[in-house]
Amino acid sequence: MSSIKIELRPEDVAKIKEICASFNNDPQELINVLHKCQEHFGYLPAEVQEVVSGELKVPVAKIYGVVTFYSFFTMTPKGKHPISICMGTACYVRGAEKVLDEFKKELGLQVGQTTGDGKFSLSSLRCVGACGLAPVVLVGDKTYGRVAPDDVKNILKEYE
Amino acid sequence: MQILVCGGTGCRDLESEAILESLKLEVEANALENDIQVVRTGCFGLCSLGPIVKIMPDDVVYFKVKHGDAREIVEEHVIKGKKVERLLLKDPVNNKSLVSSAEMNGFKKQLRIVLRNCGVIDPENIEESIAHNGYEALGKVLTEMTPDDTIKVIKDSGLRGRGGGGFPTGIKWEIARKNKADQKYVVCNADEGDPGAFMDRSVLEGDPHAVLEAMAICGYCIEADKGLIYIRAEYPLAVARLKTAISQAREYGLLGKNIMGTGFSFDIEIRYGAGAFVCGEETALIHSMEGLRGEPTVKPPFPAEAGFRGKPTNVNNVETFACVSPIILKGADWFAGIGTARSKGTKVFALAGKINNVGLIEVPMGTTLRDVIFEIGGGIRNGKKFKAAQTGGPSGGCLTEKHLDTPIDFDNLIAAGSMMGSGGLIVMDEDDCMVSVAKFFLDFTVEESCGKCSPCRIGNKRLHELLDHITKGKGTLADLDRLRNMSLVIKDTSLCGLGQSSPNPVLSTLDNFRDEYVAHVTAKKCPAGKCRDLMEYFIIAENCVGCTACARVCPVNAITGQRKEPHVINPSICIKCGACKEKCKFDAIIVQ
Repeated sequence: MSSIKIELRPEDVAKIKEICASFNNDPQELINVLHKCQEHFGYLPAEVQEVVSGELKVPVAKIYGVVTFYSFFTMTPKGKHPISICMGTACYVRGAEKVLDEFKKELGLQVGQTTGDGKFSLSSLRCVGACGLAPVVLVGDKTYGRVAPDDVKNILKEYE
Repeated sequence: MQILVCGGTGCRDLESEAILESLKLEVEANALENDIQVVRTGCFGLCSLGPIVKIMPDDVVYFKVKHGDAREIVEEHVIKGKKVERLLLKDPVNNKSLVSSAEMNGFKKQLRIVLRNCGVIDPENIEESIAHNGYEALGKVLTEMTPDDTIKVIKDSGLRGRGGGGFPTGIKWEIARKNKADQKYVVCNADEGDPGAFMDRSVLEGDPHAVLEAMAICGYCIEADKGLIYIRAEYPLAVARLKTAISQAREYGLLGKNIMGTGFSFDIEIRYGAGAFVCGEETALIHSMEGLRGEPTVKPPFPAEAGFRGKPTNVNNVETFACVSPIILKGADWFAGIGTARSKGTKVFALAGKINNVGLIEVPMGTTLRDVIFEIGGGIRNGKKFKAAQTGGPSGGCLTEKHLDTPIDFDNLIAAGSMMGSGGLIVMDEDDCMVSVAKFFLDFTVEESCGKCSPCRIGNKRLHELLDHITKGKGTLADLDRLRNMSLVIKDTSLCGLGQSSPNPVLSTLDNFRDEYVAHVTAKKCPAGKCRDLMEYFIIAENCVGCTACARVCPVNAITGQRKEPHVINPSICIKCGACKEKCKFDAIIVQ
């Protein structure tokens, strides 16, 4: 599983239990539970999954299976400013790949990685539905439209 | 008078909320708040021209509005009745200002049934929906029609599922009705996963009540009292508007127990997807709602027999549901009178890619691709040449110039080697390499394949590898046959719709653009100039002044030469990054 070992604080464990209880510890609510946990922790480390497993009475292997199946769930912490490049078809034909390459070059990251200082993480996603603005880049909640590779440096500068 | 401001995702990303606020402030500053309503609506469908502001009842549309324009709009238009010329769209032919939406070519050939209220009503106010016939069809069904009557109307209308498959909706409802059980479910599939498609999102953001009402009608027909909407967690705005709509509908007694005092009860819950394309497949979607990995299972049993929690479940797509109420109110004959022989009604398309008017459109079935791209879509960007239109997303295929005059409907698209899909329509121009496009879609399929059956899991991976080889100049002619054979096997043997359709982009590009594939494998050239490994950078000696700018910027020192003398690029070192070409001020560097 995840290479990051973390120690959950008692209040973290309590929070997970509270989330599970709010869904009546129903195993069929697993995905909703995981959504809430990720909202709280920012990611879903193995330790969190273990607690969920105990509460919902679902084997941790099954939970791991679900977490890794869905692209929305992640087991590595995202950066303070998560950068997502839309690789939907509309963005792709308007040059999203070159924008992504530029981010990779500037940050020295591959997709799915986070910078050493935890500041930026890089991911690609499939269509945010803002195809009129293609290619689209998201930094946190902020959307940048019609991004050209030349804009990348300036976007990053905003977060320095 | 009403000032409508588009609150769709595209316009919101361009800060239409700030425009809304400024307009409200201006209206208040002029003490007009009793006469002028400033309303946030759903998508107008003109995403590339956003943010959009529309003044009603004048029917004047302003484009690319900034929040600094609010004062001028209020003072000039609202108070003095003079149009703000500079914010009007200009006719590309005679440069005359186009005032009303009726004058725009983009709207002339459209017919809005599904999008009837998008960009017209405030989606966060149920009363506006009701004022536009919202829940009238539900009332009619509950008080005047039996479930069988209702199903007959839907069957007679010829409505087919808009999610991609095109299965007749009335028959689906009938099957679910016939299966007796103590509990049944109505599911709305809002897991819009096709990249480049945003039809369902726009409907949910612009007119959520249309979907809720139709789900309740379906519940009445199949005797279900529970509805579930499975929606992508990536659509926060649509989720928020659905939640608001559901709670307002409950408040008004249009959802919940004993609806309109008729004794019929129906309530709706939201379930979240978590980013898996395969969950658009109904059995996979149901597993996902049960908290499992979204893997499809063999049909039969169909969801209508044993679906969510093993109970009969009817799954329809957002757009299908959005067609239901107008059919009930206007009759089956009206709907059946629109479209072609076997595809009735309209279809919403999300136009995107290399097209001038990116946005959401709705046209009668049977409209030609030419009308969609050149009339409504305003043609290709930057005056480039049309090359292909991709429909059906990763499951579909490419339509080319020879298909421009084919009427678009379910059957014609399949005959052309593509499919309707959910309605994404991506336009490509002469600069797009079709081998790369096929590779792009396979890249998607490989990532999204759930891994349950081997033809899809392994086969698509192999297809992707072959395509990758070809784009890197390592392919052979034999690989082209291999691509075709493997594609056919994957189509025949995969478990679910994902694998059965995933080779379509390969087959259709092979059929329509074989020359391009051949150029990649024999001449090792990419005619569109997209495949980086097949490009070579040259310095034209006559143009080179020897400024050394290129040599200094080259990251791998592939460029050599004396100062003030022509430089040369060593192709065996060059990594084709293009940095030199960008730097050269004398156009001395070319790509071949």
